[in-house]
Amino acid sequence: MLKIEKKRWPELFGRLAAIGKLYAPVSEDNKTDFALWQEGTEVDLKTTITAKSLKNIFFPQIENLLDFERQGQKLSLEQRQLPAEKTIAFGVRACDLASFNLLDKVFLKEPVDHFYQARRENCTLIGLACSEPEETCFCRTFGIEPTAPAADVAAWLVGDDLFWRPETTKGEELTAAIEDLFTEAPDGAEIVAEQQAQVQALLDKMPLAGFALSDEECNKQAEIFESEVWGELSKTCLGCGTCTYVCPTCHCYDIRDYEVNDKVERYRCWDSCMFSDFTNMAGGNPRTTRLARFRQRYMHKLVYFPANNEGAYACVGCGRCLQKCPVSLNIVKVAKALGVTKNV
Amino acid sequence: MCDCHSKDTLIPQIAVITAIRQDTGDVKTFRVEKPEGGRCFDYLPGQCAIISLPGCGEAIFSITSSPTNKDYLEFSIKRCGQLTDYLHEVEPGQEIAVRGPYGNNFPVETALKQQNLLFIAGGIGLAPLHSVIDYALANRSNYGKIDVVYGARSKGDFVDYEELTKGWPESAATNVHLTIDRAEEGWNGNVGFVPQYLKELGFSTDKTVLVCGPPIMIKLTLAALQEMGFSKEQVYTTMEMKMKCGIGKCGRCNIGSKYVCKDGPVFRCDELDELPDEY
Amino acid sequence: MQKIEQLIKEKARDLLAAGQVTRVIAWQKGEMSYDNAPAYFGSPEKLDALVYDAFCASNLSKYLIANTKKDEKTAVFLKPCDTYSLNQLIKDRRVKREQVLVIGIPCAGMVDINKVKAQGVKGIIGITEDGDDLTVETAYGTKQVPRAEVLLKKCLACKGSAYAVSDETIGEPQAVKHAPYDRFADVKKLESLSPQERFAFWQEELSKCIRCNACRDICPACSCEQCIFDNPDSPLAGKSNSNSAEEQLFHIIRAYHVAGRCTDCGECSRVCPQGIRLDLLNRKFIKDINEFYGDYQAGADADTNAPLLSFDVEDVEPGAATKGRE
Repeated sequence: MLKIEKKRWPELFGRLAAIGKLYAPVSEDNKTDFALWQEGTEVDLKTTITAKSLKNIFFPQIENLLDFERQGQKLSLEQRQLPAEKTIAFGVRACDLASFNLLDKVFLKEPVDHFYQARRENCTLIGLACSEPEETCFCRTFGIEPTAPAADVAAWLVGDDLFWRPETTKGEELTAAIEDLFTEAPDGAEIVAEQQAQVQALLDKMPLAGFALSDEECNKQAEIFESEVWGELSKTCLGCGTCTYVCPTCHCYDIRDYEVNDKVERYRCWDSCMFSDFTNMAGGNPRTTRLARFRQRYMHKLVYFPANNEGAYACVGCGRCLQKCPVSLNIVKVAKALGVTKNV
Repeated sequence: MCDCHSKDTLIPQIAVITAIRQDTGDVKTFRVEKPEGGRCFDYLPGQCAIISLPGCGEAIFSITSSPTNKDYLEFSIKRCGQLTDYLHEVEPGQEIAVRGPYGNNFPVETALKQQNLLFIAGGIGLAPLHSVIDYALANRSNYGKIDVVYGARSKGDFVDYEELTKGWPESAATNVHLTIDRAEEGWNGNVGFVPQYLKELGFSTDKTVLVCGPPIMIKLTLAALQEMGFSKEQVYTTMEMKMKCGIGKCGRCNIGSKYVCKDGPVFRCDELDELPDEY
Repeated sequence: MQKIEQLIKEKARDLLAAGQVTRVIAWQKGEMSYDNAPAYFGSPEKLDALVYDAFCASNLSKYLIANTKKDEKTAVFLKPCDTYSLNQLIKDRRVKREQVLVIGIPCAGMVDINKVKAQGVKGIIGITEDGDDLTVETAYGTKQVPRAEVLLKKCLACKGSAYAVSDETIGEPQAVKHAPYDRFADVKKLESLSPQERFAFWQEELSKCIRCNACRDICPACSCEQCIFDNPDSPLAGKSNSNSAEEQLFHIIRAYHVAGRCTDCGECSRVCPQGIRLDLLNRKFIKDINEFYGDYQAGADADTNAPLLSFDVEDVEPGAATKGRE
């Protein structure tokens, strides 16, 4: 285990930024989000969960795919270059790290999405273990260990020390390039283990500690679909789409054309199953009601995605939907109302 | 590491419309080839392609021609939305963008082989079945009797009347039964909706059935088939949902846990029973 | 507050049991102690979950629009500020007055959980109101927080305890206790900047937007059946959140659309997941309207015509709004 003390952190970030574009949590106006690090940027390691997820780094809200040019009846097209720049994301929590694995199941399944793949392969992830979990956190429900972030490098913040341990070849290569910044920490493992135990104890006290999903119940596709609970649950939903946009595992997208005279940009952008025109086609719309769309989102997260991905739920318990929904609807409330939870 | 020039499946190829045939008041059949000539890609009957005119966006269409035709692709397209409006206005020589093939196919090389085939279509629903029928006729000895029951609003709404009345019926052991919704002058054939006509024709149940058409027609036809003694495992159909990516990633076209673009559009009717009624 | 909650429950129970209304709109308990959610109560049995405390900020008036298409009566419990929005909805003909039973409930100001958290509070297990303080029990220990320090920004500009519309009221009026506050203070600061500085401020501020539409969907003044930004024939897709074309102007266009009908209920800024200062835009418009046409509070009554929807020969001439263009 290595460690680096607080006074050398600015140097650490500077060195990382020289290797690749560095993204780290930055606080502004009481809100923390991942931002591009520049000389002088203060990194916020205290806030546990960022307002937006980090899915933007591999699946940006807008991605230009190709350019067309029209000349009379003739057309030509050119694919945009795949993103090639090296990036480093520092301070990624275990929940967001787990969300990348879920997104991989979508974008890296054949046929591979090359844009996503390029960004994923060019990024080195430095995970930060949680030391102060929030009451909205329920990553453990999905088997995610908040104190052992699964990244290229795992890091722990204990007091004024950042403990550092490469976990993959990528992580080892990165560490080797900056190893002069670190000192050996022979008692590191012990110190980290102590923090890990403290965090577990803290999480046990929180309101969502006992929240667990029953695989058996979530398998009952038809029964859950027909549940009468959907009407009541969806009644106050605004259909705004905030949940889908802050959620790290939501991956719906739209493909559109933007034309200026004879040049047309075809781009991919985030979309939301909560929007009223999501499934609208020339022949009709199978989901014309708020209820149908609300049901679709949660069926996808709790039933359909697991059915297609060996039981993996499309949720990492980051708690953003609990924090950001304007009318306090969220996956915990829905799961409980549907009766697909189990006692632990 | 990644190959920065590798072609992503969302990137189409440029193709050219070499011929356009007006089939009905609102259906045209477009012949599509590579700009230098030749067919854009190989595929199996039932599969689809995503066509776009830049600026209009993309839409998915089933490939009407059979893959046994190695020279070009054909699409019978009904005018009913933004992109199709535009397509119906273009002239031969117009270049378009096309990508595919997407979706699963009718099991022409497996479950359908050596079977008697009963094709039931309504309106533009003949387009996806067209591919299978031509494939079967091109490999005639691999399949049993072929019956085509095809209903349209009026005589003018049959897609490719020539083929329906001359081409297909002239093939071995192939019968075509046409019906229109309301009686009209100059029509001596059957008048009535497809499900009713089906029951009147009284087919024996030793067939595999392929149904395609407007959702209400499919529903009623399936009910009629059940009445006649066909089991759900004997009937195939195609589903339609709004699609964008065509590869099961954008999350839009699902019925339950199945993506119509990837796990469909061809479904066997017992498979449909397991899916929620949201289509 | 607990006493008021009890009275609300009793009132709701009476109304539902007597069949006077088909449903009651109020708030129900959430998962955490501060995430109460708007809820419909259709029968007396469901009322156990009803709650009214310091975390009932949601403006319930907009839910009445859905009601208008049915021929039923709904009871709604509205805080004083929410009654202005309801009046505006009635004026806009989006809600039928006779279908609503409005019960005014007193409010001492709602708490902003983010302000509580900004004080370094994490791992909240429970919150109780203790006079003028909040006792926050967390996994990391207990903390006392003065209510006046963590009020929602919108509550600092409380319009007072009078109800703009009500059929009945519950309890005694309450006052929001806080330091003196000028709701136009930040607007004036912006007005004092040069046009370039102001432009830079808004470019930065609006670039945070993720186009989730929460502000539009919660706003009672935004009640178009088909929003102009949801136009399928438009070549611009707001969800693409590109910083060219119309996407940047979404907020400014929306502010114009609600100008004169915005009651300053503060919901838009409260629900924005990115903390964008939408209050500044709407309050700038309110300030200008006050200056040009005389003090006007949208929703104060249900019949006065909004200044922007009526013409008077004395109206200010075009070109009056030139401040900042020099």
